[in-house]
Amino acid sequence: MGRFSKGGGREMPELNTSSLPDLIFSILFFFMIVTSMREVELKVQFSVPSGTELEKLEKKSAVSFIYVGPPALHLRAAMGSGTRIQLNDRFAEPAEVMDFIAEERTHMTDQAAQVVSLKIDQRTQMGIVTDIKQVLRKSWALRINYSAAKRN
Amino acid sequence: MGKKRKVPGINASSTADISFILLIFFLVTTSMDTDSGLTRRLPPPPEDNQEDAEIDIKDRNVLKVKVNAAGNLMCNGDFIDITELCDRAKAFIKNEANDPNLPEKHVKNIPLLGNCAVTDKHVISVQTDRGTSYNVYFQVQNELVRAYNELRDELSKEKFGRLYSALPDEQQIAIREYYPQKISEAEPKNYGGTE
Repeated sequence: MGRFSKGGGREMPELNTSSLPDLIFSILFFFMIVTSMREVELKVQFSVPSGTELEKLEKKSAVSFIYVGPPALHLRAAMGSGTRIQLNDRFAEPAEVMDFIAEERTHMTDQAAQVVSLKIDQRTQMGIVTDIKQVLRKSWALRINYSAAKRN
Repeated sequence: MGKKRKVPGINASSTADISFILLIFFLVTTSMDTDSGLTRRLPPPPEDNQEDAEIDIKDRNVLKVKVNAAGNLMCNGDFIDITELCDRAKAFIKNEANDPNLPEKHVKNIPLLGNCAVTDKHVISVQTDRGTSYNVYFQVQNELVRAYNELRDELSKEKFGRLYSALPDEQQIAIREYYPQKISEAEPKNYGGTE
């Protein structure tokens, strides 16, 4: 009793790593769930304006995106450098927005919550933006969101 | 024969590595960018037969913000800088001194706040040229929303002692009723610019 063994050549017990895969798997699942892989390839370049009074977009499943800006560099030769609209995977004219909205709506469970996120390049002129907005009004997609970056 | 063979345990030491690789893949591809922006509600489409039936709004109730193709701002007839817009809008929406040139006030019974004189008939109309840059337009919108947010914060601090965003839902609704956001999106016109 009361005797401590000193210098008994004790070895460090090996660290039990059998739960490590489970741990990593749970992190993995977390990232798999939160990840949202961009399903469209961007064909236009845009840098959104920055603002201070932004709201977050909720309900990602009810959001449709419209991209507006000059074509990406590798498409300039074919498409020119004028402002273009991209819907899903292709360039489109303002009038085609209506079909796009109707099609997007069919995929949605909660159609009343549909929000159209406009990702528009800062240097775009308002003419094309207004054309899109008029078409959106006609197709009853009234909730829009001017996408922007946070600025302090 | 008939001897029970022991099944060798599968060596699972590499599952950690495999899942690490998967983890790193998802870490790289993940984009946790929560989309943010200014949310707006567009007016419903005009009915064919009421195309020209414009709603009559008194002049004092409208704050006309015009932006031309060069990005210059005009607010009710004065050239202003964008930094002044927020204060102009706040003074317009609030109409503290009941100025006859600013929006009319009338008493409204709002739950939680009681009878208040509110300027809920005001409209801020933003008109742009087809050649106006989107960035300028967006900054104008941003300033107008900032005016509303600051007013709502002021009111909620005064009434409830907290910022608007920290209030429970029913108090937020009351504040929103006091300061309803009314930004109209007029059709663009040509103010000496392109096209």
